[in-house]
Amino acid sequence: MKLVTAVIKPFKLDDVREALSTMGVQGITVSEVKGFGRQKGHTELYRGAEYVVDFLPKVKIEIAIADGMVDQTIEAISKAAQTGKIGDGKIFVSSLEHVTRIRTGETGEEAL
Amino acid sequence: MENDIFQLQYALDTFYFLVCGALVMWMAAGFAMLEAGLVRSKNTVEILTKNVALFAVASIMYMVVGYSIMYGGDIFLNAITGSGVVEGGEENSTYAPSADFFFQVVFVATAMSIVSGAVAERMKLFAFLAFSVVMTGFIYPLEGSWTWGGNPVFGLYTLGDLGFLDFAGSGIVHMAGAAAALAGVILVGARKGKYGPNGEVNAIPGANLPLATLGTFILWLGWFGFNGGSVLATASVDSANAVAVVFMNTNLAAAGGCIAALLVAKALFGKADLTMALNGCLAGLVAITAGPDTPSALQATIFGALGGLLVVFSITTLDKLRIDDPVGAISVHGVVGLLGLLLVPVTNGDASFSGQIIGALTIFGWVFIASLVTFYVIKMVLGLRVTEEEEYEGSDLSECGMEAYPEFSATR
Repeated sequence: MKLVTAVIKPFKLDDVREALSTMGVQGITVSEVKGFGRQKGHTELYRGAEYVVDFLPKVKIEIAIADGMVDQTIEAISKAAQTGKIGDGKIFVSSLEHVTRIRTGETGEEAL
Repeated sequence: MENDIFQLQYALDTFYFLVCGALVMWMAAGFAMLEAGLVRSKNTVEILTKNVALFAVASIMYMVVGYSIMYGGDIFLNAITGSGVVEGGEENSTYAPSADFFFQVVFVATAMSIVSGAVAERMKLFAFLAFSVVMTGFIYPLEGSWTWGGNPVFGLYTLGDLGFLDFAGSGIVHMAGAAAALAGVILVGARKGKYGPNGEVNAIPGANLPLATLGTFILWLGWFGFNGGSVLATASVDSANAVAVVFMNTNLAAAGGCIAALLVAKALFGKADLTMALNGCLAGLVAITAGPDTPSALQATIFGALGGLLVVFSITTLDKLRIDDPVGAISVHGVVGLLGLLLVPVTNGDASFSGQIIGALTIFGWVFIASLVTFYVIKMVLGLRVTEEEEYEGSDLSECGMEAYPEFSATR
């Protein structure tokens, strides 16, 4: 089992969610985060004083997925989240040791 | 028949006073929202509490002793009986004496409210309230007794005789409030992190600009009562005409101030700074407050625009002088309050420039020094400023024990 983590632009969330449902992913966790990669921040102004906003708002999606579906998932997310402009984000894949469904107690791939 | 007309005039003038007083009371909500919008969320509860409490303190202290100092009569308003008549008072009063108190007390609260924004985010709540007791019970009423009260300044000279004229209070209320605010800001010091060691000015953005905008509109509406009510009557053709002119000019001055500030901000910073536009509206209103009855409509608009122009430069200059004023109160009410006074002789022959200047110096001198002393005593006795850690965590937690937006924070 793998945990696929994707950091994407916030307005792309709906597109990514739809793409994932289409390929059969049943559940995702979404959090609002801040970050930057090579896309730097921007300058804002308040009553004559300038200040730099380094961190940009992003959305992080986490999906627990069976090993065989990883490549599909990466492709689906990439296609849906891409704009071609700087700041599109990144996808990380890590190993998932254990999964439990809280309601029923199922574990392993059945709990995905 | 003549008595009927007198009764009607009395009732109408009293009604007008009360409604205008209620509109000025509504300005307290305006200040509260404006200030809540321009401070950080961790300091929002404290500033709201300050605004609610200071209005209550002003109402009570002015009743206890302030009105008596300013206009004479017994303390605790003892002379005003239940039927609204002043025992031993004038037989031919044209409106109810309680209405006069009501209209005056909301002006006191306005002056006091100016201070709360300037010292926001770092002054202890109860230190501020202690100051408000002295300001509303003594400092402002004494100053008011020399101006609207017509008494000689410490027995030396009478401002009215010298050609001082301040229709609704650019100097008497607004500049006085700003003088107290300046004293407070000097003694409490700037917020941590506001000014860098090499003269940098760091932005500390307000948490809720919709509230700040709402507050400004509320103040704009309330100001019709502030200036309009200062005509002191409406039940005759002449006074009704005056009221209409005052309303019209008040509105135009606000509009002029808003546009001027917006354009100046765009020119100086390259962007349309909303907070400057909001301060511009208020600056326009303050600028016309000393003389809303005599200018023409165009003149009123221009006077307001001058206020809006001045306020932007004043705000940035105060920051360069490291005088930290989170809401621009000293600039809007003090610097432009002075401008408002100086504009009166331009259209009103009853006022003179020298009279206005002497009045301004008297008001500023007394209120600033008395406030400085009061704040200093409070600093020694109670302490003025929250600790560095409390300032970091937010005065909401240290002074009020609660958060303004608890669902947005991590703990829940």
